[in-house]
Amino acid sequence: MITAGIDMGAKTIKVVLLEDGKKIRAKAKELGGTDTKAAGEKAFNAALFQAGLKMAEVSHITSTGAGAAGAPYARDKITEVGADAKGAVFLHPAARTVIDVGAEEGKTLRCDAHGKVIDFAVNEKCAAGAGSFMESMARALEVKLEELGPLALQSSGTIPMNAQCAVFAESEVVTLVHQKHSKMDIAKAVHDAIGDRITSMVRKVGFEPDVVLIGGVSKNPAFVETMRRNLQVDVKVLDDPEFVGALGAAIVAAENAGVK
Amino acid sequence: MAQEFWRWKENRWTSPDITWKGARTLTCGVDVGSVSTQAVIMADGELYAYSNMRTGSSSPESAENALKWALEGTDLSRDKLAYTVGTGYGRVNVPFANRAITEIACHARGANFMYGPTVRTVLDMGGQDCKAIRCDEKGKVISFLMNDKCAAGTGRGMEVFSELLQVPIEKVGELSFQVDQEPPPVSSTCVVFAKSEASGLLRAGWPKNKVLAAYCSAMAHRIFTLLERIGVEKDFAITGGIAKNIGVVKRLEKELGLTVAPPKADPQIAGGVGAALFAKTLVEKGKA
Repeated sequence: MITAGIDMGAKTIKVVLLEDGKKIRAKAKELGGTDTKAAGEKAFNAALFQAGLKMAEVSHITSTGAGAAGAPYARDKITEVGADAKGAVFLHPAARTVIDVGAEEGKTLRCDAHGKVIDFAVNEKCAAGAGSFMESMARALEVKLEELGPLALQSSGTIPMNAQCAVFAESEVVTLVHQKHSKMDIAKAVHDAIGDRITSMVRKVGFEPDVVLIGGVSKNPAFVETMRRNLQVDVKVLDDPEFVGALGAAIVAAENAGVK
Repeated sequence: MAQEFWRWKENRWTSPDITWKGARTLTCGVDVGSVSTQAVIMADGELYAYSNMRTGSSSPESAENALKWALEGTDLSRDKLAYTVGTGYGRVNVPFANRAITEIACHARGANFMYGPTVRTVLDMGGQDCKAIRCDEKGKVISFLMNDKCAAGTGRGMEVFSELLQVPIEKVGELSFQVDQEPPPVSSTCVVFAKSEASGLLRAGWPKNKVLAAYCSAMAHRIFTLLERIGVEKDFAITGGIAKNIGVVKRLEKELGLTVAPPKADPQIAGGVGAALFAKTLVEKGKA
């Protein structure tokens, strides 16, 4: 039986197709843009094409994400936190703490061996603990988003940043550039800032190993390094970390469709 | 160069009514803020001249330029100034100041002068922070609350919106009332998120003015929650750049259910006025 999970994120939409609740058949991603509904359908079709399947062959669709309402064809929907826990434990059965940093929110959760959520915290109010912060900083430093992490890893110095707010931090980065600090050191300061933000959220909920990172920001190696340093434990980045929510939704779809 | 919509008009002023020549004490207050800098010159505690300009990348230079501009158009020279107090974010970087005093104290004192001794609550809406101050009839601070961590509810947030909508910042307030119906406020607090929310509203076909209305009302509400925490006692005065934005002020008045006191001069100079008044007191008490 084929089930699907669709994660309607703030910036991108992710679709995962799952066979018998066990085997991942396809993963597709699309920028949400102005018409998230159309983008969702596009991502869905891309996933079907990859797997060589037709829509009629999908027995159950479960949606998740901030814009889940944009996928009316989904039979049911689950919370992002619930989807993250399911997906993370599927990929890494020892995962007990999941940190998810997406474009417009940061989340941390603790779960049991079945991927059931025990406790969680979400920041969706402030860009300072989300991917948008990194985008603003990359813009202020005039580097590509993907270059920001590798740049920070080359840094040898430490500059403290005063600003927490992404808007103020952007001006502060411009000032640091004028003060002739190296882009490497500024990039590191930016990572320390977001890392500290996420860490304080993780500490509030508490964490136990294994700690896994998911969400788009975990593709940034310097962010992962900062989290390792802050939490003083090994932090594992799951494969294709931005698809974990969609995968979790596909697993729940399988459960709801009666797959054992 | 492309038009910079956030760039407000710098200004200077000399009193047409009084002269410095007969004055016993000439004092100066310089308020170096994160966004704007003012130099205020007072003759025996009366407003004589001031300048109000954009803060540059260097605080000492900005202070220097503001004082030069305030003196320009007067026949006063700086050696006649008995005492200068620096205040604001860059107060320790005013090279010619004799002393630095916090902007909280200066805004309360300045508001007492500009809006009258009946003022008990002062809201200072700066470029990168927002302060709610409770004070007594002498303009002495009783308590205060401050947000300097988040751009929401500060002038910086309004600048972001004036750029996004390409509306000159001085026109934001006026245009925000040119709507058929008052829209619900922008729901995101964070300026970064509010900006993407506003882009979405524009794409959904909202006219610019409606988006401005939604943002002004969100900002008014944000400030209201700060004021609610400290409690507002009449009279209520607003200082700082946002005091000139009727889009925010009128909506805040409505939410508070009270009217804002009218200022005697540019609300942006309140900190500088307070600093110049502190300078006068220090001279008179022989502590200068």
